[in-house]
Amino acid sequence: MVKGRMLQGARAMAEMTALCRPKVISAYPITPQTLIVEELSQIVADGDLEAEFINVEGEHSAASVVLGAMAAGVRVFTCSSSQGLLLMSEVIFNIAGMRLPVVMICVNRSVSAPLNIWNDHQDSVIMRDSGWIQLYAENNQETCDLLLQAHKIGEDHRVMLPVMVCCDGYLLPHAYEIVDLPSQEEVDAFLPPYDPIYKLDVDNPTTMGAYADPEKYMETRYMLQETMKKSLPIIEEVARDFSSTFGRTSHGLFEKYRVDDASTVVVAMGSMAGTIKDVVDELRDQGEKVGILKLICYRPFPKEALYEALSGAENIVVMEKCISLGASGPVATDMRSVFQGRPATPRISGFVIGLGGRDVTLDDIKLAIGKAQQQLEDADFIGLKEDLELEGINA
Amino acid sequence: MLKVEERDKFDSHLLASGHTACPGCGQSLAARLVFRAAGRNVMVVTSTGCLEVFSSKYPESAWEVPWIHSLFENTAAVASGIEAALRITGRLDEVRVIAQGGDGSTADIGLGAISGMLERGHDVLYVCYDNEAYMNTGIQRSGLTPYYARTTTSPPGRASMGNWRPKKDVPQIALAHGIPYVATATVGYPMDLDRKVRKALSIRGPKYVQIHVPCPLGWGSDPSRTIDIARLAVNTGLCPLYEVEEGVLRSQKIPKRVPVEEYLKIQTRFRHLFDKDGAKEEVKEIQRMADANIERYGLIVK
Amino acid sequence: MKITLGTVTHPGGSRVNKTGSWRTTNKPRFLHQGCVACDVCALTCPEGCIFGTGQNTYYANEDYCKGCGICANVCPVHDIEMIPEAGEDG
Repeated sequence: MVKGRMLQGARAMAEMTALCRPKVISAYPITPQTLIVEELSQIVADGDLEAEFINVEGEHSAASVVLGAMAAGVRVFTCSSSQGLLLMSEVIFNIAGMRLPVVMICVNRSVSAPLNIWNDHQDSVIMRDSGWIQLYAENNQETCDLLLQAHKIGEDHRVMLPVMVCCDGYLLPHAYEIVDLPSQEEVDAFLPPYDPIYKLDVDNPTTMGAYADPEKYMETRYMLQETMKKSLPIIEEVARDFSSTFGRTSHGLFEKYRVDDASTVVVAMGSMAGTIKDVVDELRDQGEKVGILKLICYRPFPKEALYEALSGAENIVVMEKCISLGASGPVATDMRSVFQGRPATPRISGFVIGLGGRDVTLDDIKLAIGKAQQQLEDADFIGLKEDLELEGINA
Repeated sequence: MLKVEERDKFDSHLLASGHTACPGCGQSLAARLVFRAAGRNVMVVTSTGCLEVFSSKYPESAWEVPWIHSLFENTAAVASGIEAALRITGRLDEVRVIAQGGDGSTADIGLGAISGMLERGHDVLYVCYDNEAYMNTGIQRSGLTPYYARTTTSPPGRASMGNWRPKKDVPQIALAHGIPYVATATVGYPMDLDRKVRKALSIRGPKYVQIHVPCPLGWGSDPSRTIDIARLAVNTGLCPLYEVEEGVLRSQKIPKRVPVEEYLKIQTRFRHLFDKDGAKEEVKEIQRMADANIERYGLIVK
Repeated sequence: MKITLGTVTHPGGSRVNKTGSWRTTNKPRFLHQGCVACDVCALTCPEGCIFGTGQNTYYANEDYCKGCGICANVCPVHDIEMIPEAGEDG
């Protein structure tokens, strides 16, 4: 008997958000985030969640509304994708700098131009420098599980950082999956009310957002960097806590699938990890020692833990739905830094796949793994249409 | 609201001394007056600009009330969030939310967020300190820079007479949102400003108050004459004082009408409009604009 | 000193900044002759450093007075004059 209900991903995420008791929600519509926010609107309109739902005039304001509300001492929620995330990017950095533990869902979608509403990771990966903790989910169940943990991690007084839970647009919120959501009592026991360190309060006035001159600013960045590093064990701690409380494993920083004796390990984030697991099983049946490490916590980047997990591999095959144009794949670049100057020196190949919602097929994954086992690849685009003429490139 | 005895005590100034505004800064005076009227039970959002910079250099803050600065253009949105948090936790009856910014952050970069806040009906007072240019960044032209004024990005030169557009009418834009109270005020008439701020804070819903504040540095005016110059702006008709409460307009009549020349010639930002033969043609255009204001708002008792 | 999370700071700290040191030319002298205690000088000081509790008691706190001269300009009975910073005689 499977525990849970057959739910559309957006519905599950909205219900989970509501269970976490945000008091102020603000969002601006953008495909493919819309379903989540619409479900939340209905939940509030039915009186099932006591919250202020603010329909703003743009994403910059959506993030600003939740910034203000959190500064006033209440838990909040916002949600965006792609262009919306880019538009609110200024506020994203501001929220992290102000140490407000906002939690948001980024429904991963490609970035313009050209306009494309389908899934890839470019939007959230571009925000990796902002000081937000970033957690990438494989499926709707994991999205919901990470959402609950996100509040607990961010609001921990040792952390006080905002958390972005990322899920693949269309592939996750629009898809139906059996999701097991906890009860309100279980959530309340796991996640206590938000207890701010600083807030706007007439009885205890504070000034928030003072400017820092060259004599003061650099330390604030150092504090953010050190706090991100120190939050790695806290993320693991909360995942263990979640697993034992809810009887369902949450993997913490990453999930190792058939990695321990693998000579080739694929590293990937998000829903394509599920597809890759199928390829891994198929190749294992053929006698190949392959595994996949599904990276969940992208920021802070768990360098030490990754080195420990992967130092036995000969080939690391990074497959990512993003590219740092003019350089390499961001995840591959970060993976290379894991082994910099260390004894283990696996070959680390990077592949760019699935941009703009292009399907990630079993054959594409096998192709990449095959290539990586022969030679070093860097930012190799997998799945391009061979028959197209590309102006300025081959035509 | 502070009692008379409390106002005279050092600690009662909600914008404390030691802030680094220029001597004679109209905006710093206006802000002091706003918070003298508002009292301690407020939460304040201020946008990036002179007021924020001269009052909140870490770790010294001049603010005695709960205060937050986020960015340049999101003041109204941050205020909306604070208001929502107060509303959902049942504290909106005791605490007033005030959002404030300069003319640049209000009329230009922040106008979208303000429009959203007004349209959604948040219980927030928005105060615009209008010194008619982006002063904090060095006197650049904004949507509220007046006709023919010199700024660093609208300088007069061989091919230009200075700013070539009239002021954007932000109070009218605010009114178009159907909000319960809109007023214009000036630091030149402090008690009128005080009355309008108190009136605004007594009304529930979105309110907009725009305060004309001379900037001695940016306008090239004598710091000791900040109040004078603000009064001259009113008395020429260039700065109409009025309030609109539930759609009903009430204007404050000009105490003593003067020609625009008297206001313009004591500010170096308008110096190029005068030469050895006196005022140029452009001054007549400005006079016509003043006349139009007087007509439109009924600023002279007939 | 401590750098707080999010550069949060507490009220009124600006008072350590004695802006009176900015004055180079003039400062106000309150004549205490014809003062009518209208309070306008105190009301219109941008620094909030003028105090008084009745006729001929007003003064400017010279730790903060920037010498802008607004008070002398607005006094309706001309009971404030701006004198050179250097001394009373001028």
